[in-house]
Amino acid sequence: MASVEFLGPIGKEPMEVDIQNLNELKAIFSDDKSLKEWLDICAIAVNDSLVDSLDIKIKPDDKISLLPPVCGG
Amino acid sequence: MLELYEGPLHVEEIISRWYGDVKDKNFGAFIPFIGIVRDEQGIDGLSFDIYEPILKSWFDGWQAKANQENAMLLMAHSKGDVPNHTSSYISAVLSPQRKVGLRLINDFVEDFKASAPIWKYDLIDGKRVYAKNRSMPLGGAGLLA
Repeated sequence: MASVEFLGPIGKEPMEVDIQNLNELKAIFSDDKSLKEWLDICAIAVNDSLVDSLDIKIKPDDKISLLPPVCGG
Repeated sequence: MLELYEGPLHVEEIISRWYGDVKDKNFGAFIPFIGIVRDEQGIDGLSFDIYEPILKSWFDGWQAKANQENAMLLMAHSKGDVPNHTSSYISAVLSPQRKVGLRLINDFVEDFKASAPIWKYDLIDGKRVYAKNRSMPLGGAGLLA
């Protein structure tokens, strides 16, 4: 199972998902009301690298991270 | 060099140590930027979450870029609560010449604001309130929407 972590202010517990690619994660999240305000504005990282395609293959030990808008300093 | 601390930064110690470490390395310019938390809009301070793996790779990318110009970057940032009138962020550029250093510190801090995986909260009445309106989406945001 791949792990999913919700960073910063999202405030949601990590979860595990059995998926082959990010399209499947998008489908899982489409019914999740707790993520409604976040999906539009979150970037996605796989194994700590930002990604820009839903077609990226996900392996069972991969780590997926949702990163909300940032403001350091 | 990237340093992360719980709570406000000890600015005098950090700047003094950095200066001591580099003054004999033949850099002609040492250009620090020190952020100080302002008392505004009724906040008691700021608070920060950091995602360290991506912050580190982002910083390493900038360090490589600076090294190509014979320059070097230093950065310190706070995690957790940072009261008003203390500091949460210091960055500095060391470079052979002033002009390269001034350009690098500007570009580095601008990209830091846009790209570093750090989340800011206002401290109001003991609660952390996400500074959503002042935050910037990272590249590729909305992929799962």
